[in-house]
Order: sequence, then C-alpha cells, then structure tokens
Amino acid sequence: MARAATTTDAFNAVAEPRRRQILDTLAGGERAVNDLVRDLGLAQPQVSKHLRVLREVGAVEMREDGRRRLYRLNAAALKPIHDWVTSYERSWSERFDQLDVVLEELKQREVEGVDGSDG
Amino acid sequence: MTDSNKATVTLPTDEQILITREFDAPRHLVFEAFTTPELVRRWWHAKRGEMTVAEIDLRPGGTWRYVMVTDDGTEVGFHGEYREVVPNERVVSTETYEGLPEGVTEEQGTTVNTATFGESNGRTTLTLLVQAPSKETRDAIIASGMEDGLQDALVLLEQVAQSLR
Repeated sequence: MARAATTTDAFNAVAEPRRRQILDTLAGGERAVNDLVRDLGLAQPQVSKHLRVLREVGAVEMREDGRRRLYRLNAAALKPIHDWVTSYERSWSERFDQLDVVLEELKQREVEGVDGSDG
Repeated sequence: MTDSNKATVTLPTDEQILITREFDAPRHLVFEAFTTPELVRRWWHAKRGEMTVAEIDLRPGGTWRYVMVTDDGTEVGFHGEYREVVPNERVVSTETYEGLPEGVTEEQGTTVNTATFGESNGRTTLTLLVQAPSKETRDAIIASGMEDGLQDALVLLEQVAQSLR
C-alpha cells in the first residue's frame, strides 16, 4: 500500500505535540529557526530535529536568506492530515457529546440518591 | 468551555491511535456509562444512526458486540473480547470490524483497545489507546475516517492551523 506508507509518514510526523506547536506557529507565517526557538521555549537542536522531520515529509519548506534559514508551512502536504484529524476528532466528539448527556443523568441520579437518604 | 471538552487524537507510534477526552463527572459514572449496554446504546452511535445491538459481558474472556444501523440503512458491526477489567479504572478489549474487506484476516483486522479512566477533582480523563497489529491496519482505520474534503483542492492556512490546535 504505497499510498498509505507516504501519508502515514506525514501523519506520524505531525502527531508529535511539539511538531504540532511548530506547525501552529508557522501557520502565522514564515519563521527563522531562532524565532521558533524563542517562541516555543525549546532548545535549538530540538527545534532543528523537529524541523528536519517535518521537512522530510514535506510538511514544511525551507529557504535560505543569507545566513538565516526560513521555514514555512506547506499547506498542501498537510491537507490529508487536516481532513483526517478533523473528521476523526469530530466523530469522537459527537459520540462523547452524547455520553455527556448520559453522565448528567447519572450525576443527577446520585444527587437524588443522597437527598433521599438525608434525614 | 466546549474546547476543553473536545476529543483530541494523536498517533503515539506507527501502530497506535490515542483518543483523549475529559468529562465533567467522576470516573465511576464514566465507567458505568461506558460498560452498561442500555447506556452505551444512548451515546455510542454519535447521532449517526441507531444502535440495534449492544452486548457486554464484562469480564476477562467475556465478549462484546455493537451493531449500528446508520441513517442511510447501512449496518456496521464490531465485536471483541475483554482481556482485562479493572472496575472504574481500566478495560482492555479486542475489537474487530465485521465488514472487513475480502483478503483481510480477522487477525489483521483486530485492534487491542485500552480504555483508562483517570479522575481528578471530580472530573474524568478518558484515554482510549487503539493498538493495531500493523501500520497497515492503523492506516486503514485512518483512511476509513477520511470522509469528504479530500476532493476539495483549496485549503486555507487557517483551516490547517485550526486542525493543529
């Protein structure tokens, strides 16, 4: 399944919370590595490592500007992930919203139980 | 308010999917709603259809089966076996989709799901870890979750950013 293999790499690359943060920051526009280090409060080697992973799957693109390396989001590469996370999270959220309704009833039942035993 | 109650999804490894959600209820109630057939019937459908079967034999070696008929008449079924049951804390069970494509063995189509109920200040954090037998199975689950949208050629950066929050 070649299709799955390529997309999953991107999924895995993006699944890491720090890399999500980096992508989130880059969604606001192009950034130099140092900007990301400052914005995220991470060590530079860590940021560089995450950026390397993101570049390998095409989630970010890099250009050199003198001595600076500027990174930007590659929205097209993230589209499948966007779609999947959105629809998967939505279906679970809808399910859990229903569970909330059930839980409210169970809580109410407990409150009433306590009230009943009150002297 | 609703944001803190949003389900979040991550992929810890190649074979895993992790779903996390916080509930404004103590964990013994979340556990009850999660393991009682008549209660499961009321939430598991996610408003996409009606549950026609919810069978739960909650003990190690016991089996479960859920069937839902979606609004367009499609029947989807899942079943499995409980491997570990710690009341109010943890349930480990297998899950097999009953509509596996031809050529996919039961083993390839079965995940091991671990539900963990953690409580803090009267609120419960539910984590659902789906462990697939292989990256291919995990990918197939992911692919089945992709509904519409792929044909939509234009993507706005804002949309991407939102999905990453």
